[in-house]
Amino acid sequence: MTIEEIKDQVIEEFAIFEDWMDRYDHLIEQGKELAPMDIKYKTDANLIKGCQSQVWLYASLDDKGNLMFQADSDAIITKGLIALLVRVFSGHKPSEIELASINFLDQIGLKEQLSPTRSNGLYSMIKQMKLYAIAFQAKK
Amino acid sequence: MKDRILQIRKDFPILQQHVNGNPLVYFDNAATTQKPLEVIDAISNYYTTQNANVHRGNHSLSQLATTYYENVREKVRVFVNAKSSTEIVFTRGTTEAINLLSKILAKGTIKKGDEILVTEMEHHSNIVPWQMVCEEIGAILKVLPINTKGELELNKLDELITNKTRVFSFAHVSNAMGTINPIKELVATTKSHGIISIIDGAQAASHIPVDVQDIGCDFYCFSGHKIYGPTGIGVIYGKEELLNQLPPYHGGGEMIDKVTFEKTTYNVLPFKFEAGTPNIADTIAFGAALDYVNELGIEKIAAYEHELLTYATGKLMQLEGMQIIGTTNNKTSVLSFVIAGIHPTDIGILLDKMGIAVRTGQHCAQPLMDKFKIPGTVRASFAFYNTFEEIDIFIDALQKSMRMLK
Repeated sequence: MTIEEIKDQVIEEFAIFEDWMDRYDHLIEQGKELAPMDIKYKTDANLIKGCQSQVWLYASLDDKGNLMFQADSDAIITKGLIALLVRVFSGHKPSEIELASINFLDQIGLKEQLSPTRSNGLYSMIKQMKLYAIAFQAKK
Repeated sequence: MKDRILQIRKDFPILQQHVNGNPLVYFDNAATTQKPLEVIDAISNYYTTQNANVHRGNHSLSQLATTYYENVREKVRVFVNAKSSTEIVFTRGTTEAINLLSKILAKGTIKKGDEILVTEMEHHSNIVPWQMVCEEIGAILKVLPINTKGELELNKLDELITNKTRVFSFAHVSNAMGTINPIKELVATTKSHGIISIIDGAQAASHIPVDVQDIGCDFYCFSGHKIYGPTGIGVIYGKEELLNQLPPYHGGGEMIDKVTFEKTTYNVLPFKFEAGTPNIADTIAFGAALDYVNELGIEKIAAYEHELLTYATGKLMQLEGMQIIGTTNNKTSVLSFVIAGIHPTDIGILLDKMGIAVRTGQHCAQPLMDKFKIPGTVRASFAFYNTFEEIDIFIDALQKSMRMLK
């Protein structure tokens, strides 16, 4: 699936919830379902600055040249947010990730979480993912 | 207070707001308090009818602005019971107050190898300025520890104080836990050793009557915005004798007596420490805040807030996995807590969705969080405009959040 297709899928999933609590329940579910991060990457160097909770993010290229993200957080809502981003961005070409818009967050009722001053660090996570995408393009 | 609460709440327009579709429950009063109409109007009135620069002009408006501005200094003097209004220096807030004191004390009073004592419960703003001084002049920072209830370990004080100790700077009330420290006892110790005492009163002034002559401290600092006044205005009370001896901080207009290119002499107290055009509007509005608080009475405020604290503590204790951080008997209306298996940030996000404003995180007190080995806390802090009903709403929302996050 392309990034756009995954985003549409996420939007569709969240669309069935009318209540914010159900939306957040679903977000928390995403966090619980996030593939565990390899412990060797849960280092201080991989911590994202700007989050009140701890968020680790690591990226590597697979043999097809797709960027694969691994992430974890000690706060479950934050983990849900990063899980959503990993789901959308992981497994795609760095150039696609760099250019991908994040407008789907508006449509799933999580735009309020997307502010540089929010303590959850969603803004910083997206920035870090895009930076990885840029860095891996430069490496080539 | 209880019988007047509805009227009191009307004085604070922001409390009528809805947040995320729910009536705002504002429990972040330790971060900043809301402002009554009197304060808001004072700012507007000043710019509408009184605006002029102070201490300079002979024209009527300048005289008027100066009178209103200096009246507030006198109000502050009365509020903390200083001997003279020359002992009241205006700053931007407590942070600037402590920075000012640390910088001027570093010019000759604190020397290389000297020791500065703080406590383990300090806000970063009473740690970092001293660390900067230590780095600059080679002084040493020492720390009085706390026990598991969040109280100072007073029995360790004797071994920490040496003949090198120059300054002891400590909080009147802990911002993260609400612990009220035995400041008179601490000041008595500093006096007997000839140590300069500085009290960070940011978390105390809105809850506890302050009498600097009775306390006997050398310096007492607090912020306007934590006592229902505007941001950008704070106070240093300092003993006149000490303020006179100490060098100025910033240079500029206002703080000078005579300026030539060869030599400048400085103005008298308190102007020596107030370079440049001050924050006139907010100072005048700060005066309105003090009037408002005086009218209600700090003792009555404290008694009501204590009722809120007791009620909320009882309710919180019934929740599973609850650990309150700061369990001393002697505390202000601050409830800091962690819940087993749940990150404080998650609770903060969900409470916000339900219209409840609390602080989550480390509360600018990272050493304290390290002490308790926690990533932070949820902190609910109450003011006199809060109600028992709001606490019920908060507890209900907290239980909902816990169910979602478990």
